[in-house]
Amino acid sequence: MVGQVATAAPPAAPPVVQRPRRVRRNYTPYLLLLPGLAWLIVFFVVPMLSLGSQSLQTGSVESGYSQTWHFQTYVDALSQFWPHFLRSIAFAGTATVFTLLLAYPLAYFMAQKAGKWKNILLVLVIAPFFTSFLIRTLAWQTILTDNGPVVALARSTHVTNVLQWLQLTSNDSLMNSRFAVICGLTYNFLPFMILPLYANLERLDHSLIEAAGDLYATPIQTFWKVTWPLSLPGVVGGTLLTFIPAAGDFINSRLLGNTSTVMIGQVIDSEFLQVQDYAVAAALSFVLMAVIVVIVALYVRRAGTEELV
Amino acid sequence: MTEKTSGDLKLKGVTKRYDTFTAVDDLDLVIPRGSFFALLGPSGCGKTTTLRMVAGLDQPTIGQIWIGEQDITDTRAYQRNVNTVFQSYALFPHLSILENVTFGLRRRKVADYEKQAMEALELVQLGHIAKKKPGQLSGGMQQRVALARAIVNRPDVLLLDEPLGALDLKLRRQMQIELKQIQSEVGLTFVHVTHDQEEAMTMADTIAVMNAGRLEQVADPATLYECPTSTFVANFLGQSNLLKATVRARTGTVAELDVHGVKLRLPMDRLKATTTELWLGVRPEKLRLVGPSKDGDGNRLTGVVVDASFTGLATNYLVKLPWGQELMVVQQNDGTRSAARGTQVTLGWAPEHGFALNASQDAHAGAQDQADDSEAI
Repeated sequence: MVGQVATAAPPAAPPVVQRPRRVRRNYTPYLLLLPGLAWLIVFFVVPMLSLGSQSLQTGSVESGYSQTWHFQTYVDALSQFWPHFLRSIAFAGTATVFTLLLAYPLAYFMAQKAGKWKNILLVLVIAPFFTSFLIRTLAWQTILTDNGPVVALARSTHVTNVLQWLQLTSNDSLMNSRFAVICGLTYNFLPFMILPLYANLERLDHSLIEAAGDLYATPIQTFWKVTWPLSLPGVVGGTLLTFIPAAGDFINSRLLGNTSTVMIGQVIDSEFLQVQDYAVAAALSFVLMAVIVVIVALYVRRAGTEELV
Repeated sequence: MTEKTSGDLKLKGVTKRYDTFTAVDDLDLVIPRGSFFALLGPSGCGKTTTLRMVAGLDQPTIGQIWIGEQDITDTRAYQRNVNTVFQSYALFPHLSILENVTFGLRRRKVADYEKQAMEALELVQLGHIAKKKPGQLSGGMQQRVALARAIVNRPDVLLLDEPLGALDLKLRRQMQIELKQIQSEVGLTFVHVTHDQEEAMTMADTIAVMNAGRLEQVADPATLYECPTSTFVANFLGQSNLLKATVRARTGTVAELDVHGVKLRLPMDRLKATTTELWLGVRPEKLRLVGPSKDGDGNRLTGVVVDASFTGLATNYLVKLPWGQELMVVQQNDGTRSAARGTQVTLGWAPEHGFALNASQDAHAGAQDQADDSEAI
């Protein structure tokens, strides 16, 4: 390309005084964008369109589907499965709050106090990823099993009664209950909360904490006036990374729950693979996506306008 | 915070030890109320550690810290009526300038916090940017905000940790003057930590020179410069020529010294060292090129000019003495004398411009630290 431009320049032009300014477009960024863009088109845009079209078709697997723009499917799906939507959001929201409560002190300790133990702790946080999601969830069946030590301890300390009163369990066991599902969700998504919080808190300038103390703020005031507002980007990142996949999760509710803890992900899964009602399954997928987008947008907007920027 | 603790800041036998390293070693210091006090020393001399202990950010291993009649050693930073201007300013990035300045007042539930904060911002001439965030300000402005945020609380002691270190030379000079003015305006005790000897001398009433965790000398700037009591101070504050001398006679008001066979004199009141062997010090600007005349009782040394560099204001000479030692001479450009390289010259100085130091000390102590620091600037 360089050669072409050079030969195209008029040879008669005085070479020193006036050099025509060549506007060279730099196409490299666009070229670098191509693989990702292609990936998104093939594996996101096309499936989305296909899913959208599927949700508006009528027919059956045996007789074949035809595009009928049947919006009634959405109404039917929602009227039948709205409790599962609410339950999913409630479970995912509760699990997100618990992960935040567990992750924040841990991330703070790792980032600000751990010193040479920092890297070991990071590895320990990531270590569960070396085993499969399914195995980790199944492990909770063993942990919460009726004849295990956890249940024995919970019974002897009357925690089971409290959980029952909170309607998180329906009897004096822990397995196959709302409690078990929320435990599984909390456990499985904990690293997604810890890592963004850690990345944020590690950058926290310790002299700001000292400055707050110097300006008469007690440690608790320092936390709420300085540390917490400065860590909000990490909190927002962590809660999103936890809430979004937790809301669509179908493993925890299946392996740790019962028939009254079915989450929307589980419904979509069975509509696709067992009931094989593709239209309803596709419609539910779309509604789930829309619900999450709305919740996230409201949340980010609220968190964003207050302290961030 | 209910009782007013105003008074002198006293450090009594304060020591700070880390695993194997003693940062501050048995420090005794009284900083009078309302004074502008500088802690001066090279990097790692323990001055910042001292400051952090006064602020309550570090705990002394041994020793006590008092403000007036109150022992504050065991109180936490937020309980002390002491404020710090941090080296990095440490402004809260998520709060506006006004919110930064009101932070301390609001924690103490001061009623008219906004009015007081605006007054403090006016004092540092930044009233117009109260609504901005720290990230939108230049380094010099952030420095003033940090100062306003601290002085608005009217602390018993205001600590400044190398507050001008991040500013460029011109701004630093300007801020030195402003800080000094603000201090005399508000009348608070300022404790200023710096490694810049010129900054300390320009601003402080009293300077404590620290080295390796210990105090070298505490005095006003002029005394420190004219009568250093250790080779470290002599070399760290400005430059010094140190000559190995032996006391021949201590008669009346003047002592007679022998420097490599040359007879030199020093007033007795400047001869604090009691040993016979000592370092005779004289500042380069006190030495002058003189004619070989025998005028009066001035000290005389002869040597050969090995280097001469003209700086405009003065000419800096390096004069080699017969025994090989080289003396620095700063000859003011007052048109009187000059000498070319290689010429034989006579150096003269008034005996009262000399000072004597104990000969057991390293003649180069402090010289290297100063060279390092001036390069870093």
